[in-house]
Amino acid sequence: MLFRALIACLLLLASLAQAATFEELAAQLPEGKFDDRAKVVEAIAGTGNPAAVPLLEALAEGDLQTLKADDRLIRVTKENKKTIAYDALSGERIGEIGRRDGRKVKVNNGLRRTIRAALSVLTLRDPNPFKRIEAAEAAFKSADAEQLPALKAALEAEENPTVMAALTTAIAATTLSSGEPTQAKLEAISLMREQGDQQALSVLAPLMENEELGEAATEAVAAIERSQALWGIGQNVWYGLSLGSVLLLAAIGLAITFGVMGVINMAHGELVMIGAYTTFAVQEVIRNSAPELFGYSLLIAAPLAFLVAGLTGVGIERGVVRFLYGRPLETLLATWGISLILQQTVRSIFGPNNREVGNPDWMSGAFELGQITITYNRLWILIFALIVFFGLLMVLKRTPLGLQMRAVTQNRAMAANMGIRTGWVDAMTFGLGAGIAGLAGVALSQIDNVSPNLGQSYIVDSFMVVVFGGAGNLWGALAGAFSLGIANKFLEPYTGAVLAKILVLVAIILFIQKRPRGLFAVRGRAVEA
Amino acid sequence: MLSLIDRRMGIFLAGLFILTVAIPIGNLAMEGQPVPSYAVSLLGKYLCYALLAVALDLVWGYCGILSLGHGAFFALGGYAMGMHLMREIGDRGVYANPDLPDFMVFLNYQELPWFWWGFDQFWFACLMVLAVPGTLAFIFGWFAFRSRVTGVYLSIITQALTYALMLAFFRNEMGFGGNNGLTDFKDVLGFSLQTDATRAGLFILSAIALATGLLIAKAITASKLGKILIAIRDAESRTRFIGYRVEGYKLFVFTVSAMMAGVAGALYTPQVGIINPGEFSPANSIEIVIWVALGGRGTLVGAAIGAILVALAKTLLTGWIPEIWLFALGALFVFVTIFMPKGVLGVIENIAPKRPKPAEAPA
Repeated sequence: MLFRALIACLLLLASLAQAATFEELAAQLPEGKFDDRAKVVEAIAGTGNPAAVPLLEALAEGDLQTLKADDRLIRVTKENKKTIAYDALSGERIGEIGRRDGRKVKVNNGLRRTIRAALSVLTLRDPNPFKRIEAAEAAFKSADAEQLPALKAALEAEENPTVMAALTTAIAATTLSSGEPTQAKLEAISLMREQGDQQALSVLAPLMENEELGEAATEAVAAIERSQALWGIGQNVWYGLSLGSVLLLAAIGLAITFGVMGVINMAHGELVMIGAYTTFAVQEVIRNSAPELFGYSLLIAAPLAFLVAGLTGVGIERGVVRFLYGRPLETLLATWGISLILQQTVRSIFGPNNREVGNPDWMSGAFELGQITITYNRLWILIFALIVFFGLLMVLKRTPLGLQMRAVTQNRAMAANMGIRTGWVDAMTFGLGAGIAGLAGVALSQIDNVSPNLGQSYIVDSFMVVVFGGAGNLWGALAGAFSLGIANKFLEPYTGAVLAKILVLVAIILFIQKRPRGLFAVRGRAVEA
Repeated sequence: MLSLIDRRMGIFLAGLFILTVAIPIGNLAMEGQPVPSYAVSLLGKYLCYALLAVALDLVWGYCGILSLGHGAFFALGGYAMGMHLMREIGDRGVYANPDLPDFMVFLNYQELPWFWWGFDQFWFACLMVLAVPGTLAFIFGWFAFRSRVTGVYLSIITQALTYALMLAFFRNEMGFGGNNGLTDFKDVLGFSLQTDATRAGLFILSAIALATGLLIAKAITASKLGKILIAIRDAESRTRFIGYRVEGYKLFVFTVSAMMAGVAGALYTPQVGIINPGEFSPANSIEIVIWVALGGRGTLVGAAIGAILVALAKTLLTGWIPEIWLFALGALFVFVTIFMPKGVLGVIENIAPKRPKPAEAPA
């Protein structure tokens, strides 16, 4: 009964809107109860008159006044500390007025809400299509039955297909909350079902209890939830790929030193850290001397980080590691010592606190792919990781240095006999692995805190990747990084981040029992040596 | 028993005995307290470290298993004792709850989790100090050794083990006090932990534990079993081909070593007054390795000396110039591995005139 009365009321209002002209309605604005004035605002919006937008905006801002002299509606603005009045309907300039010449048109929060909704309907006719889409989305969210005629009128006049789609869903959502016949509502439900996102779900969920629509709504909700579960998997895969790319970057240099050379480099994480601090230093220099280059800071930092970390790596190899070939456990300890020294050096130079590394414009923001949110920095890191990976693969397979590296790895004595300077190749290999760690540092500086402890947090993970994938095989590192990343992200919703990590670690420990040499084991005699 | 005490062991045990008598007397019975109370606890802590180093030397020096996760066994032992000490607090905590430790009241626990049952009994806690690290080592070793995970791979997964445990113990939901760990201990077996006498008692106990640990390790390594362990260290495949079940020997020594580490942890907790998940950090476990390497791998006594030397240097340097400690420790790692493969003991015994040649020398 109440519902019927409401509809009758609405119909009355609609007729009111058609009957009264824009000017007459505007004249009703200043006086009366807030509830009545709210209806007037809606009626004004219903006229679709272009002058309505500035009028309602002025009302919402509290800039609307009536002139005491002739009750004319004016819009006031401050110009050069003077109050200037404009005619609110025609926009014509009236001139400076005193503080006591006008009477402010009162507005409260309830009225402001109505105005905002009304404005959104009005912007449905805005010449800018993006504004129109925004307005349609706002109408969708408010699902105000009174906007239905305006929305339908806007759809008829609309030519842009994207805006039309947005309007159609807005109309569907609005229909469901209006007094439209059941058939129209059922159609609206199937439209919502096609849209299939969180918003559609929030529109449909309250209808599941409804007598006439309940069945259709329940079915639609189930269908949407199914498709959302699928998208959820997609989102998890993306998170996993993103984590995997970080792991790959951190582990790929290790795959060279550990996998190819058989050297356990515990200072690997610190080389990553050096890369991150190089990025920081580059950005500091750019900020102070050439701020316009900030967008290129990462492109400048990447080769520098490669060089700095690479040279540090060559230094470590020449200074320490070369005395310890064939004694892997001692190498492990010595490089751990080096990692402590590097950490403390960085701490002494840059201080123990986190350092701020900025994201250039092209690294910030996000976009939507279906229902998957993808941030640009993660996307670039994934691309960067793959570039580094395939670049490294090329170096190993297609360059003379790569050939010599593989020769020395397979048979040092024979390689030396063939005239390869094994010492030089060792230094270069180690330097290459270290340089790639530096590159990883550039990428990680974009998503992680740059502090002296940066490297420590990645060292266990990157060893896990190499061990899981199988040492001595770059493809193993790739497979290892991505499968660990994805496994981690799929566990997280059920167990929480920390427990997921623990479970993955335990799984790797168990996996190593089954395949002590990793996923892609190198077979042959050399293995047992 | 006496046959186990060779020259270096004899000298070390004699020194330890003198220390054990002199320190408590200096602290408790002499005018003006020439040995301050904090030094007693500090030295007691060093002795725990020394026992931990001996435990690691047993597996690394004699069996070639470089465990980067021995800190985990140490911390587990420490937690087992810490749990008993928490129960001993009773209703004297901040929240005065007779049934639950403070942190559980704080985290809204309604009742004691099942894994805390029994820890109000001292004997049960002592049993757990041995059983928990021992069981973990047994299960871990059973899997690892049976599938012939060796060398660097084993080192890395032991590191992963302690890392995983660290992450787990940092979680509040685990019921071990989260990142604050267990602390605010009041007394043990009725003796207040704040009194000098109890501290001296714990110090003496640590010394006894270290001496016992050394003798047990010596007994193992000097036996026929010890010879097989050394054979495994030097040529695992060959030992297996001769017909020994290598994994059984490794498992035995690994488990014994983990229990020893657990005892060290159990003595460490009351003397330091806190046990927290930081003890599980991989960095701590690697530091143990440098103690052994510095003192001399495969010498037992050397490991104990190395632990004491490094811990002493750490106390002095971090108090003196904190920034330099990591430089010094890092340099120590590099220097010892390159220039002193036999450690301090090796250097000393090279200089000193030799009597009968020691049987064991690490490869």
